[in-house]
Amino acid sequence: MKVRFLLAILVFVVLGAAAAQPIRVGVSWANFQEERWKVDEAAIVAKLHELGAVYLSTDARASVEAQLTDIESLIARDVDVLIILAQDADAVLPAVAAAQARGIPVIGYDRLLEAEGVFYMTFDNVEVGRMQARAVFEMQPTGNYVFIMGSPLDPNAFFLREGQQEVLQAAIDRGDITIVGEHFTDGWLPEIAMRNMEGVLTATNNQVDAVVASNDGTAGGVVAALAAQGLAGLVPVSGQDADHAALNRIALGTQTVSVWKDVRVLGAKAAEVAVLLAQGTPLDAIPGTTIFTGGPREIPMHSILLAPIPITRDNLNIVIDAGWVSREVVCHGVDPAAATAPEVCK
Amino acid sequence: MATHPPLESPIRSRPTRLSHLLRSLEIDVRLFGMIGALIIIWIALHLLTDNTFLTPRNLWNLAVQTSVVGIIAAGMVFVIVMRHIDLSVGSVVGVTGMIMAVAQTQLFPLGTEWNWLATLLIGLLAGAVIGAFQGFWIAYQGIPAFIVTLAGLLIFRGGAWLLTEGRTVAPLDSNFQLLGGGLAGSIGATWSWVVGLLAILAIIVIAVRNRVGRKRLGFSVRPLWAELLLAGAGIAFVVAFVLVMNANLRPRTDIPHGIPIPVLILLGVTLIMAAIARLTKFGRYIYAMGGSPEAAKLAGINTKLVTLLVFVSIGVLSALAGAVATARLNAGVTSTGMFAELHVIAAAVIGGTSLGGGVGTVVGALIGAIFMQSLQNGMVLLGLTSALQQIVIGLVLIMAVWLDVVYRRRSGLQE
Repeated sequence: MKVRFLLAILVFVVLGAAAAQPIRVGVSWANFQEERWKVDEAAIVAKLHELGAVYLSTDARASVEAQLTDIESLIARDVDVLIILAQDADAVLPAVAAAQARGIPVIGYDRLLEAEGVFYMTFDNVEVGRMQARAVFEMQPTGNYVFIMGSPLDPNAFFLREGQQEVLQAAIDRGDITIVGEHFTDGWLPEIAMRNMEGVLTATNNQVDAVVASNDGTAGGVVAALAAQGLAGLVPVSGQDADHAALNRIALGTQTVSVWKDVRVLGAKAAEVAVLLAQGTPLDAIPGTTIFTGGPREIPMHSILLAPIPITRDNLNIVIDAGWVSREVVCHGVDPAAATAPEVCK
Repeated sequence: MATHPPLESPIRSRPTRLSHLLRSLEIDVRLFGMIGALIIIWIALHLLTDNTFLTPRNLWNLAVQTSVVGIIAAGMVFVIVMRHIDLSVGSVVGVTGMIMAVAQTQLFPLGTEWNWLATLLIGLLAGAVIGAFQGFWIAYQGIPAFIVTLAGLLIFRGGAWLLTEGRTVAPLDSNFQLLGGGLAGSIGATWSWVVGLLAILAIIVIAVRNRVGRKRLGFSVRPLWAELLLAGAGIAFVVAFVLVMNANLRPRTDIPHGIPIPVLILLGVTLIMAAIARLTKFGRYIYAMGGSPEAAKLAGINTKLVTLLVFVSIGVLSALAGAVATARLNAGVTSTGMFAELHVIAAAVIGGTSLGGGVGTVVGALIGAIFMQSLQNGMVLLGLTSALQQIVIGLVLIMAVWLDVVYRRRSGLQE
C-alpha cells in the first residue's frame, strides 16, 4: 500500500511538472535587419514574459532557404506554437506543412501565409493602401500619378496596390488621373526606389503631380529624387510604418502621410493568440476572429485584422502621445514660426 | 645544300590594315572596342527610349548614378589584378555610410561649417581600418581573400544594423548632402569650364612630354597626324562632357548645374588610381605580383605590405562611395550598398580586368561601370521589370567577358 501511495505521489509530481512546463513560442523572422521588426519583437517578448511563456527566435536574413531551415530548427527545439513572418509566402509552405503535421499551430504574422489551418494576424493591408491613396488624392485630385510599390515577393505589396487602386479607380476612369509610372522596389530598398523615381522624372520631364509610395523607406528614396529636381514638398508622397525619419518629413511637409500600424499592439496580440493556440484552443474560439478570403488562392483563413491609422501633419500628436516617437525627433528642423509648421511643432 | 622555303604558319592570319593602323597608333584595341560598344549601346537606348536617353538631364543623372560603383571599381581593379577579390565592399559602403550618418547627426552639431569634413574624415578612417583589418588576415595570415571578405560582407552588414538597431537616420547635414549631387551639389558652369580647361591642358602637356621624351630616348613616335588625332579626340570629349553637364539646368531656372560633385570625386579617384598604376613603383609592384606572385617575392617586393595597402585603399574608396550613396539618399539606411560588390566586380571585369590576375586598367573599369549603369538606367526608362533587368545585365556580363576571352585568344596568336 505504501508503494501505491508513493506511486500516486510520483504521478502527481510528474503531471504537475508537465503542467508547469512553460509554453515555448518560436518566431521565425524574415529579415530582422529592417527597421520595424525590433519593435514587433519587443512587444511580443514583453507579452510572452507576462504570460509566462518562453521566446525562441530565428532570423532568415531575407533568404528563403534559410527560413525553411530556421523553421525546422525551431520545430526541433520543441516549440509549442510557431509565429512566422514569411520571406516568401509560397516558398515557406513546406515548412508550415511540416509543423502542422507535428500538431504545432502556425500563426502567419503580418504577411499572408495562405494555407489551411494557419492563423493570420496583420493590419488590414488593403485598408492601409486605401488610406495612403486617400490622403494623396485629397491633396492632389487630378494629374499624373506615380506608384512606387513594394517588393514583388511580398504579398503585402499587392494588397497595398489593391487598396490604392480602389480609392483612385473612379478618378482614373474619369480621366482625371493618369498613371505615368509604376515600379516595384526589390527588397523595399530605398536606393532602388530612388533610382526608379529618377527614371520616371526623366521620362516624364518632371511632369509628376503625386507619388503613391508603399512604405516609408521607399518614400524616403522618392523624396530624395524629388528634392534633386526641386520638387520636394510640391508633390504629395505617401508612406507606411511611421518611421521616425518619415514623421519628420511629414512635419517638414515633404511627405503627406504615413499610415501607422501600432505594431506593439499586433505583437502583443500575436503573443496572446500564440499562447491560446499552444494551449489547444480551436481556431474559431480565438476572440476577435474573422474569416479572411482575400488571398490569391481564396482559402478562408481565420484571422485578426487590426485597424491602421493614417498620420498626417494634422494628427502627429497621436504618435507622440502614444510614446512612439519624441516631439524633438518629429519637429527636428521645423521652423515653429513658419505658417506651414504643424500644430505640434509650434 | 638545299634551301628550305620559309614555312607558312597556317594559324597566323594576315594582318589587316585596321590592326596595322591601330598598332601604329599604339591604341589599346580593347579600350577602343569598349568605347565603341558603349557608343552603340547609347545610340540603341536613345532610339528605344524615344530620344530620352541621350538628353543632358539623363546623362547628368547617369553620371551621378555611376559614381558609387565607379569609385569602388577603380580600387577593385588593383585587388583583382593581384589575384584577390573583395566581396565586402557593399557592406563596407553600408557600415561607413551609417557611421557617417550617426556621426553628423549625433556626434557633431548639425549645421556647422566643418561638420561634413569631420564626418567624411571619420568615414574614410573607418574604411581604412576595415581595409587594414581584412588586409591583415589576407596578407599576413594567408587566409584566402574570398573567405576573409565574405566574412566581412556578413560582419559589416550586421555592424551597420547594430549602429542604430536598424533605424534610418535622416535628415543629414546640408553640406554633407552636396557630396551626393542633387539640387545644389554641382559646381556650376564657370567652375566646370575651369575643370575642363585644366583637363585639356593636361592632355596637351602629357602628349607633348610623351613625344619629346620618346624622341630623346630614341624610341619610335606615332606619326604626327595620329598624335593630333588622339589629342584632338581627347579634347573633343572633354569639351562635350562639360557642355552636356552645363546644359542640364536647375529646375525652373536658367542656371546650369555644371559637373556634379560626386562625378568630380569619381574622376579624381580614377585619375589618381590610374596614375598610381602607371607612374609609381607601387603600381608596378601590383601588376608584377599579379603576373607572378612568386617571381615578385623573389624579386624583393614586400608582397605582404603591398597586399595590405591595396585592401586599405579599397576600404577607403568604399567609404568614399558610402559617403556619396548616403548623401544622395539624404539618409543613413542600413541597406545602402547592398549588392554593390556584384556591380563593382562586373564593372571591373567588363572593363578588361582578368579574374586570373595581372591584367586590367582603371580607365577600363570606369568604362565598364558606365556601361553597366547605362544599361540599368536605360531599362528603367523603358519601364522594364527588375527581373528582366537582372536577366539582361547577367547576359551582357557573360557576353562582354566572352568577347574579351576571344579577343585575347586571337591577339595572342597574332603576336
